[in-house]
Amino acid sequence: MESCNCIEPQWPADELLMKYQYISDFFIALAYFSIPLELIYFVKKSAVFPYRWVLVQFGAFIVLCGATHLINLWTFNMHSRTVAIVMTTAKVLTAVVSCATALMLVHIIPDLLSVKTRELFLKNKAAELDREMGLIRTQEETGRHVRMLTHEIRSTLDRHTILKTTLVELGRTLALEECALWMPTRTGLELQLSYTLRQQNPVGYTVPIQLPVINQVFSSNHAVKISPNCPVARLRPLAGKYMPGEVVAVRVPLLHLSNFQINDWPELSTKRYALMVLMLPSDSARQWHVHELELVEVVADQVAVALSHAAILEESMRARDLLMQQNIALDSARREAETAIRARNDFLAVMNHEMRTPMHAIIALSSLLQETELTPEQRLMVETILKSSNLLATLINDVLDLSRLEDGSLQLQIGTFNLHAVFREVLNLIKPIASVKKLLVALNLAPDLPEYAVGDEKRLMQTLLNVVGNAVKFTKEGNISITGFVAKSESLRDSRAPEFFPVPIENHFYLRVQVRDSGSGISPQDIPNLFTKFAQNQAIALRNSSGSGLGLAICKRFVNLMEGHIWIESEGLGKGCTAIFIVKLGIPEHSNDSNLSFIPKMPVHGQTNFPGLKVLVMDENGVSRSVTKGLLLHLGCDVMTVSSVEECFQVVSHEHQVVFMDVCVPGIDGYEVAVHIHDKFTRRHERPLIVALTGSTDNLTKDNCMRVGMDGVILKPVSLEKMRSVLSDLLEHRVLFESM
Amino acid sequence: MDVVSQLQKQFIDFSSSLYREGYVDDQFSQLHKLQDESSPDFVVEVASLFFDDAEKLINSMARALEQPCVDFKQVDSHVHQLKGSSSSIGALRVKNVCIAFRSFCDAQNREGCMRCLQQVSHEYTMLKSKLQTLFRMEQQILAAGGSVPLE
Repeated sequence: MESCNCIEPQWPADELLMKYQYISDFFIALAYFSIPLELIYFVKKSAVFPYRWVLVQFGAFIVLCGATHLINLWTFNMHSRTVAIVMTTAKVLTAVVSCATALMLVHIIPDLLSVKTRELFLKNKAAELDREMGLIRTQEETGRHVRMLTHEIRSTLDRHTILKTTLVELGRTLALEECALWMPTRTGLELQLSYTLRQQNPVGYTVPIQLPVINQVFSSNHAVKISPNCPVARLRPLAGKYMPGEVVAVRVPLLHLSNFQINDWPELSTKRYALMVLMLPSDSARQWHVHELELVEVVADQVAVALSHAAILEESMRARDLLMQQNIALDSARREAETAIRARNDFLAVMNHEMRTPMHAIIALSSLLQETELTPEQRLMVETILKSSNLLATLINDVLDLSRLEDGSLQLQIGTFNLHAVFREVLNLIKPIASVKKLLVALNLAPDLPEYAVGDEKRLMQTLLNVVGNAVKFTKEGNISITGFVAKSESLRDSRAPEFFPVPIENHFYLRVQVRDSGSGISPQDIPNLFTKFAQNQAIALRNSSGSGLGLAICKRFVNLMEGHIWIESEGLGKGCTAIFIVKLGIPEHSNDSNLSFIPKMPVHGQTNFPGLKVLVMDENGVSRSVTKGLLLHLGCDVMTVSSVEECFQVVSHEHQVVFMDVCVPGIDGYEVAVHIHDKFTRRHERPLIVALTGSTDNLTKDNCMRVGMDGVILKPVSLEKMRSVLSDLLEHRVLFESM
Repeated sequence: MDVVSQLQKQFIDFSSSLYREGYVDDQFSQLHKLQDESSPDFVVEVASLFFDDAEKLINSMARALEQPCVDFKQVDSHVHQLKGSSSSIGALRVKNVCIAFRSFCDAQNREGCMRCLQQVSHEYTMLKSKLQTLFRMEQQILAAGGSVPLE
């Protein structure tokens, strides 16, 4: 053999080592071939794998490595050149791929690592969200519980039910061991255990209100954790063996009804509080959570509101009951009063007739008896009988009148009457008595007092007569003055009559009458009693046997009916007194006064114009003629002027109603004209009126004028007004003789 | 003050002076009352009538008194006429002189009558010029667009 190209490997004699290497390489190749297969298989199975390219590379790298090792198997022994080439190729490829892969891994591995980080982050987030959701759920639960509790609490207006329900529902919601309510006592110095959840009838434990723990709770509107050992929390013997549950206390404001003010809500410092104590079950590891505390606070507020509503309701129920009772009482009182009035009216109606009849009989027969022959003793007796029976009759009349007045069944009889005549008549009635007592009576009526008025004449006269009669009665000497005038608004208001508010109205006026006497007077303390029925002044009673004491009361009733006021002023005993009354009277219409004569206020105003009055003016003097013409023209007359007597004769006709002629021209006898006219017009109604205008003021002229039958004489110069009045007088009376 | 007010003031002053000095009396103002829309110049007309009448009468009186034998009745009648006219228009002074004049006529006192005649003439002339001035003032006011103020 020559030099062959086959490489002769160095074969050690160590064949065992060879064998091991052979086997290892085989297995490595196997693994190297199976790993990519596995990878491919699993990647195919998985849905997501972002790095396929890397896988391919990796696979290629592994395959080639395997191939290399496999080919290595053939190189242990004598191998041909082909094998060597294949081996070399495989090794080269392997080198390339593995370097590429190595380079690629540098990029890929950080990515892969970051994936892991993100996964961790997401896990944390998920955990956090879970936590939050738990919280929200809890809050929602709490809200639901509050609503439910509120509903329960507010569904009733009964105090006890409200409180009981609160405790029960709270206990249920929060799974409490014990829940208690301490209410302040009436004194406000202690808290008394009023309601508990578990115990049926709580014994009246009380604790003083000034404990520091209680103050602490009362001073804040939050639920406060308190120690289980404080007096308010030691409600029952310890149930559990170890730790008592946590205790929370909250204040419940008690809104007292009187604290309600519309403008400002009651201040916190003046409120009274009750204490609500809640205990968690002992031996549980439960703690008060914030949301539970909030629940408690809300419930406490709601309870306060519900309690106040209940209190208002109680109050209004009580008020209503009270009103109903009062109503019933008033009703029965009214019915009693009505019965009494009816009884009285019946009595009066009967007595009216029954009493008057015998009375009249007595009076009539006694007067008849007086007329017969009697001994002086008998006469005295009869007179006394008559006087007494007259008195009795007056008394009966007064009583019946007054009761009718009080009834309100008396009505004024309104009519038009002569006011001045009323005064005069009263004066006439009183004059005889006054003159017997030698009293001067003076009547003074204001000039603006209307002569006629509308009102009740009879009652007004009665009042006036009564008042004046009293004045006369109680005056032993001196004078009496009666004044009557129209009251103006200032004098209407009297300080002694503050409740009298006269209102001036159209068609009405207030008549004020003052009757002053110089008599015995009245002391100021008796004045209020004057108008009360039957209350008689002792002094008066002693002095006079007549007078029932009803007179002034009746006057007062009448005056009140006439919407007025009556009162008496006196400065004291012996100083006289003045009786004053004001009544409202109506003013009569002028249109229906045809049958009444009334004082004409103004002189009858004549015509102001004489349209179409045909007038003839005769005057020689041109100036005065034109002046007179102007005058008459201004008054609307139809004027013709002549300047001479002849002309006058010619022109004058029956159409002319008036002829003015100037008679002061000497030598001209204007009188002729008058005579002529008289002759011409024999019938009176055809003849014009003849008036002489003259400047002379002597009686001779006047007499001459009258003699010749002139109808009037006027003194020159004539003013417009004078001419006007002359013409109107002339036409009205057909004669005018002015005094000169 | 504008023109009209000034003129009116002057008029009022002048008019009051006439009354004050006795040239005219109440009858003159009565005449003004008769002046209306139907006779707007009544006063002026009456005044003109008076002027004519008075002049005629005064001339007649003068002639009558110049006669060697004075006809006092005639003079008296003239004076009477003048008196009537002047009293109709309200010429106070003239009227008063006339009254005096008449008594002289009754007494047939020639000198007295002559004197009165002179007086009458003088008063008449004065009155005429015053009234004419017054009427002129009225015209001025009316021309200036104002209205003649009444008393």
